[in-house]
Amino acid sequence: MNDTDDALVLGGEKFASRLIMGTGGAPSLDVLDRALGASGTELTTVAMRRLDPAVQGSVLDVLRRRGIKVLPNTAGCYTAGEAVLTARLAREALETNWVKLEVIADERTLLPDPIETFDAAERLVADGFVVLPYIGDDPALARRLEQAGCAAVMPLGAPIGSGLGIRNPHSIELIVEAASVPVILDAGLGTASDAALAMELGCDAVLLATAVTRAQRPELMAAAMRSAVEAGRSARLAGRIPRRRYAEASSPSLPRFA
Amino acid sequence: MRGCDVVVVGGGVVGLSAAWRAARQGLSVAVVDPDPGAGASHAAAGMLAPVSEVTYTEEPLLRLGLASLERWPAFRDALQEESGVDVDYRAEGTLEVAYGPDDMAYLEDLAAFEETLGLPVERLTGRECRRLEPMLSPSVRGGLLAAGDAWVNPRRVVRALMVAFERAGGALVRERVTELLIEDGEAPGVRLASGEVRRAARVVLAAGSWSAALAPGLPVRPVKGQILRLRGPKGFLTRCVRGMVHGSPAYLVPRGDGEITLGATVEELGFDGRVTAGGVYELLRDARELVPGITELELAETTVGFRPGTPDNLPLIGPAVAPGVIAATGHHRGGVLLAPVTADAVTAFLTGGDVPDAVRSCDPERDLR
Repeated sequence: MNDTDDALVLGGEKFASRLIMGTGGAPSLDVLDRALGASGTELTTVAMRRLDPAVQGSVLDVLRRRGIKVLPNTAGCYTAGEAVLTARLAREALETNWVKLEVIADERTLLPDPIETFDAAERLVADGFVVLPYIGDDPALARRLEQAGCAAVMPLGAPIGSGLGIRNPHSIELIVEAASVPVILDAGLGTASDAALAMELGCDAVLLATAVTRAQRPELMAAAMRSAVEAGRSARLAGRIPRRRYAEASSPSLPRFA
Repeated sequence: MRGCDVVVVGGGVVGLSAAWRAARQGLSVAVVDPDPGAGASHAAAGMLAPVSEVTYTEEPLLRLGLASLERWPAFRDALQEESGVDVDYRAEGTLEVAYGPDDMAYLEDLAAFEETLGLPVERLTGRECRRLEPMLSPSVRGGLLAAGDAWVNPRRVVRALMVAFERAGGALVRERVTELLIEDGEAPGVRLASGEVRRAARVVLAAGSWSAALAPGLPVRPVKGQILRLRGPKGFLTRCVRGMVHGSPAYLVPRGDGEITLGATVEELGFDGRVTAGGVYELLRDARELVPGITELELAETTVGFRPGTPDNLPLIGPAVAPGVIAATGHHRGGVLLAPVTADAVTAFLTGGDVPDAVRSCDPERDLR
């Protein structure tokens, strides 16, 4: 791609990589480390529950060493109150006011709870956070969260860890059309073509973890995801041809530019 | 100052195994530990299950585990004979079961992977699983039997090792090591909390999660685990049962006396020794899905332990830190399984013998950050 300044601008910061990584599910720190390197990511989300930032040798050390910005998330929270508390603890511990807001409705589906998410988002925005909320693929909720001051919206492709890909591309397109903040496709991706599709639909970035960390060869899948995100982004900018019912000869019998 | 051939820092299952074997080779050996067996060995479930624990990206760990499992029967025989302690070694295999359809798909994936590695596993239907273990929930969809997997009671192993070690002429020093003495031009040694210095020709560092405190820069970190012990009738379960429940792993390990060890959480919280409501809840929730009858058992014990984790999950075995020091640490979830092969390797490093091939992947100087 010739467009060298196609940076993702998120919360006032620029990122050359449009692939945001999660850390869950890796068999070891070493495997995670290599996968993060291969992904080219500059922003990676870390669950704040069951993690002590002061401990040496944790995933945070891996991120610091690689110069990757840490995006704390509120995974495992069921209520707005819990999420706000977790975000504040993360802000204190990691000295960042960014938070990926995740409030889940039940442990079976891990689908986001829209009411609690919205409630928490309002409170966190008022408290000065850069809020990136994880939501269902709901255009109305996405619009309301943008109006509430969120720095991005993060609709799911499918439930967390499911690898089912983007189940409702039309909803994602509707969210992209209406949004003036970045749209980050979060959760459910299974393989590279899913990530490329997200970008072709107009998403500004992709967030994924399991598709890489649980792959047979995580480092190779991370490289594949990186390429897919870049390819999908280029294809989006290039503009796809219209779909036609019938063939159109690519070498016309009469020269067009005679 | 007193000297001996070897000082072993750390009296867990790894340190004691190495010390016992070294003592039997005729070396004079001291093990220094304020409370032998009180670390990860006290929490551990004692599964000797390299086949059912295999994971993508971790084939070297599998090979190491298989090399050690192969050594376990002879290790057990010698240990029981020399100590007179029964370590409750059982070899009925591990039954790995799946709860939901997604868990079944995971198990199918695991079985295919195990087959590509040439590992012997048998696929079972849910009914076949319940024929083997009648207490399993009817919701269990199916499973895999890893017939070669075994398990022991790690607390008994520690007790046996202490007896066998002392009978072999070893000295158990119940003190804390505060410092490794390695850079003063003399033979290596250790300083004890009392101030006493003990020199030895070699020092074996087997301090588990506490190893990095004595050798800064050694890539070993504590990985917290909460683990429960239930008490019930003998024969409630006859095999080691592992399972995936909605994507979370759980295991139940039955003992000869009716105790069942149920584990375990994995938490990156440093040396946080708290038992938490959430930890206990999640363990019981998942185990109850697999074996509903556990709710009738006594909850006899809740324990926190610290697995000595390394960046690639492989232990650090071999010369490290400074001349004269041999590391035998970083065994993560596998200290009990890996004790015999580690002991053989350490003994080989001490006496100049042949180091087992599978241990080559555990060079402490390998590229780890």
